[in-house]
Amino acid sequence: MDKYINVPLSDEDAAQLRAGDYVYLTGVIYTARDAAHKRMAETLEAGEALPLSLKQNVIYYMGPSPAREGRPIGSAGPTTSSRMDKYAPDLLDLGLKGMIGKGKRSPQVKDAVMRNGAVYFAAVGGAGALLSKSILSSEVIAYDDLGTEAIRRLEVKDFPVIVVMDSFGNNLYETAIKEYAKED
Amino acid sequence: MRTIDVSIITDNIKEMCIEANHFLSSDMKAALDCACIQEEAPLGKQILGQLQENLEIAGADMIPICQDTGMAVIFMEIGQDVHFTGGSLEEAIHEGVRRGYVDGYLRKSVVKDPIFRENTKDNTPAIIYYEMVPGETVKITVAPKGFGSENMSRVFMLKPADGIEGVKNAILTAVKDAGPNACPPMVVGVGIGGTFEKCALMAKKALTRPVNQHSEIPYVKELEEEMLTRINSLGIGPGGLGGSTTAFAVNINTYPTHIAGLPVAINICCHVNRHAVREI
Repeated sequence: MDKYINVPLSDEDAAQLRAGDYVYLTGVIYTARDAAHKRMAETLEAGEALPLSLKQNVIYYMGPSPAREGRPIGSAGPTTSSRMDKYAPDLLDLGLKGMIGKGKRSPQVKDAVMRNGAVYFAAVGGAGALLSKSILSSEVIAYDDLGTEAIRRLEVKDFPVIVVMDSFGNNLYETAIKEYAKED
Repeated sequence: MRTIDVSIITDNIKEMCIEANHFLSSDMKAALDCACIQEEAPLGKQILGQLQENLEIAGADMIPICQDTGMAVIFMEIGQDVHFTGGSLEEAIHEGVRRGYVDGYLRKSVVKDPIFRENTKDNTPAIIYYEMVPGETVKITVAPKGFGSENMSRVFMLKPADGIEGVKNAILTAVKDAGPNACPPMVVGVGIGGTFEKCALMAKKALTRPVNQHSEIPYVKELEEEMLTRINSLGIGPGGLGGSTTAFAVNINTYPTHIAGLPVAINICCHVNRHAVREI
């Protein structure tokens, strides 16, 4: 089912999303991938404040290619989410409402998604040129020294994602594969 | 004997890095077009359509097909009657990669050290393989490799008694484990035989073979066909979200091996299976 949703993501919107929904996100999301997650975890461990508020926010696991002149961003598709599994449960417990990436998640992430009424979205991997067209602006807000891995604030319009894990524990990767499998 | 100035190598590699990251080879495009027609799953069909659109945008607007513009893997087939002048060939190759990635707005994804992980900021060094061949031409293949799929690749040191069934299981295991992480539809490169590193290299090189071209060895061709059918029966589908298009091709290379061994390597590539080839 196609849905148009604003981000940051409200509790009500998160609660009505179901695995398999095709969703267009409009508003503000933040990027963070491996190195930024490691640094956020170190910051939390040291008892310091994160460079962004996680409350109701959505993190996009993405490191873009450089923007050509006059463009907001380069190619901008998702990276593999499982590398962030180690860090995601803590961030979800701090109020993170959504994650956008691609690929499987750990049982710990699934539990944290359910516990916090959050959502895991997939964007189409390897469609970075197409996805860049839904990004209106991009601004580095933290960890500039990490280059492509810096935390960016993205303004998005009708950014296309698919709900893979909803807050009820449904997982589209598992159900969809079963539906089309002719061999185990 | 023919003399080639290494600056020619630098210039070509620069252009090839940019070309490979914006344009797929015609066989890959044809495979995608064909899958769009054949895919059973409605969501799968929609995703394949997005991948077609993505390719069009990439070429028209010069935006890399994927933001992971890869680590540059370069195969150099050098005619033995070629003499290089003007400096170090190896440095000329790295310089071509450096210019391609910096001037071509490609992502710099290489870190100096696997543990300390400081970005080199110009995507060097490249991974370079040299092969000496008869003649006086140089064939360059630039194959930027993304790591979403590289991370899902495997080497199995099977026993001779495992036989062809063991090989089939190894391939299916690697593809199933890769699932949605490797950005399906995939291209599956397989190396069978040789040694530990030889089979991995064969698997990598198999990815540069056109997806519409089978092995010339009859049993290997049959194995490629059977494995493609079985992989596409797993249900993984485009984006791992279900469907009948999990792989575009299974390309297998073989080599003699030791009486005690049956090494098998599976190098998985996403649907952005990039390679630019030039002969100089």
